[in-house]
Amino acid sequence: MIEKALKGSPRYFGALMVFLAVMGIGGGFYLIQLNNGLMVTGLSRDVSWGFYIAQFTYMVGVAASAVMLVLPYYFHHYKAYSKMIIMGEFLAIAAVIMCLGFIVIDIGQPQRMLNVLLNSTPRSVLFWDMVVLNGYLILNAVIGWTSLMAYWKRMSPPTWVKPLVYTSVVWAFSIHTVTAFLYAGLPGRHFWLTAILAARFLSSAFCSGPAILLLLTLLAKRLTGFDPGKEAVKSLSTTITYAMCVNVFFFFLEVFTAFYSNMPGHMDPILFLFSGFEGHTYMTPFMWTASFLAIGSLVLLIPYKWRYNPDILVPALIMLVIGTWIDKGMGLIAAGFTPNPFERVTEYLPTGPEIMIALMVYALGGFVLTILWKIALEVRAEVEGSL
Amino acid sequence: MQRSRRDFLKLAGVSALGLSAGTLGFLGEGAQAADALPSAADFAKPAKAKQWGMVIDTAKFDDALFKKCIDACHDNHNVPKIEGKQEIKWIWTEDFEGSFPTERPAFLAEAQEHRKYLLLCNHCANPACTRVCPTKATFKNDEGLVIMDYHRCIGCRYCMAGCPYGARSFNFRDPGEFIAKDKLNLQYPHRTRGVVEKCTFCVEKLAQGKLPLCVEASGGAMVFGDLEDPKSEVRKVLKEKYAIRRKPDAGTDPSVFYIL
Repeated sequence: MIEKALKGSPRYFGALMVFLAVMGIGGGFYLIQLNNGLMVTGLSRDVSWGFYIAQFTYMVGVAASAVMLVLPYYFHHYKAYSKMIIMGEFLAIAAVIMCLGFIVIDIGQPQRMLNVLLNSTPRSVLFWDMVVLNGYLILNAVIGWTSLMAYWKRMSPPTWVKPLVYTSVVWAFSIHTVTAFLYAGLPGRHFWLTAILAARFLSSAFCSGPAILLLLTLLAKRLTGFDPGKEAVKSLSTTITYAMCVNVFFFFLEVFTAFYSNMPGHMDPILFLFSGFEGHTYMTPFMWTASFLAIGSLVLLIPYKWRYNPDILVPALIMLVIGTWIDKGMGLIAAGFTPNPFERVTEYLPTGPEIMIALMVYALGGFVLTILWKIALEVRAEVEGSL
Repeated sequence: MQRSRRDFLKLAGVSALGLSAGTLGFLGEGAQAADALPSAADFAKPAKAKQWGMVIDTAKFDDALFKKCIDACHDNHNVPKIEGKQEIKWIWTEDFEGSFPTERPAFLAEAQEHRKYLLLCNHCANPACTRVCPTKATFKNDEGLVIMDYHRCIGCRYCMAGCPYGARSFNFRDPGEFIAKDKLNLQYPHRTRGVVEKCTFCVEKLAQGKLPLCVEASGGAMVFGDLEDPKSEVRKVLKEKYAIRRKPDAGTDPSVFYIL
């Protein structure tokens, strides 16, 4: 089956070359970081995690979101997703690979990485995050590959795949829950110290992840003619809409608790994000952009006639993805560290090298995804005679 | 795992003692004369405690004494002098609001308002940093010290997110060039880039039965001892004077007390 990745149109190889080129350029910057340390980033003593860890968090959500297809398809026998399910599983694989990449580029001594296994420490949430992420990667790789192989050979998948699928459904929830626990258990980081963080993570994942999947699928449709089916697009867009409503609702729960209680520790990070804190307003344009995009996407998605219209659906999904990305990929980490333990603000924005190194990981994900989707689509074309 | 590690450390310690007991010829006469290495006898009577703690009498400090204490620590531990937001510090000063933000001070007495406070790792009885470390590179030893294994640290900086006191610093760059060559203390390792470091309550001095360097330099403004021992000097001071801790609501049970 893998041989299907080795033959393709100039456009396919062109895309792979572009990803490789970005990886090469980003890799150059990573070498600089390896040789000089994380001084090349905008990180500091006060804001000690930043862009890398934020992208990691966002991508865990994208990986987990495959469950929004897997659950209805396997638990409720919802056949409309039969063509898309493999795309979701393969997107999850690419997303987890990016997650692992973002962790590797973030740590100061990557050559000691395996210390996490050698000195495994179950009381550390990071240990469990490593377990669930690698487990999820293996689960999706085994399930996705085996199912596709069976489909290619025109057989039903082996019976042992079913228990793995059921496991993967629960596992998907676990990866983003454990990732939220990384943050939600820290005393003194008020923005994260909230029981609803895991729920917020999951809701934002279950709108943004399927939105990315749907956008990429519609892109694949335009490029290759692969049709996921009208019903699938409709259902998935409905899932996205509900999840986004829940996501926005959860955010307002946070705002209520912080501001009605009037607890400074809880209000300060939210003030920092939306109105600035002690004159530091550099995050506010991003956060208000995110807010308008989020509300705007809901305005376009909630009326079903607009939602089912591809000309409106696509821009709405793009707005949703950018909005949730700013929220999680920029705001979440900065607000956890701001104000700092001394109630002061140390500004953080990623540096050029930092963004380039993160792009290297994104390009790696794009590279893996392109190959996996190519294989899936080729197999489908061969079995069905057409896409 | 931990047991065997401790055994190894003990063994390594004994071997080191053996080495230092003999003359280290390769260091040459000069090095030996200038910086005499501790010998086995120096480790014969280590200071012992169940939970080391510290009381800082904030009224006794002025800028000169702050500098003396901070220099004693930073110079001896080869803490690099890096300017800016990627700085490294083990012990430093803050104003009242920065030191005790959860007090939400208002209409503070003038003396306390204008005073500065010496901040360092709290060596919490229930530290969040060691709880989150994925490799046990930072850990609490039998004497209540929160210390670091710089060779095990992977530089994930989870401990920095976990510490509610901002006590930890990360080596964003190679620290070597930021330590003045004439000030390099050959008896203490300097760190490598990509690892976290912090105050250790001078674990290396306690092992020789000595006080931490800042306490030594403070000339009585800082008192050090076993918080679990009712007869210790820290407990005596705490019995007499009202003292507060930083962010007690973080549940970490800090071991550094401040007499205002």
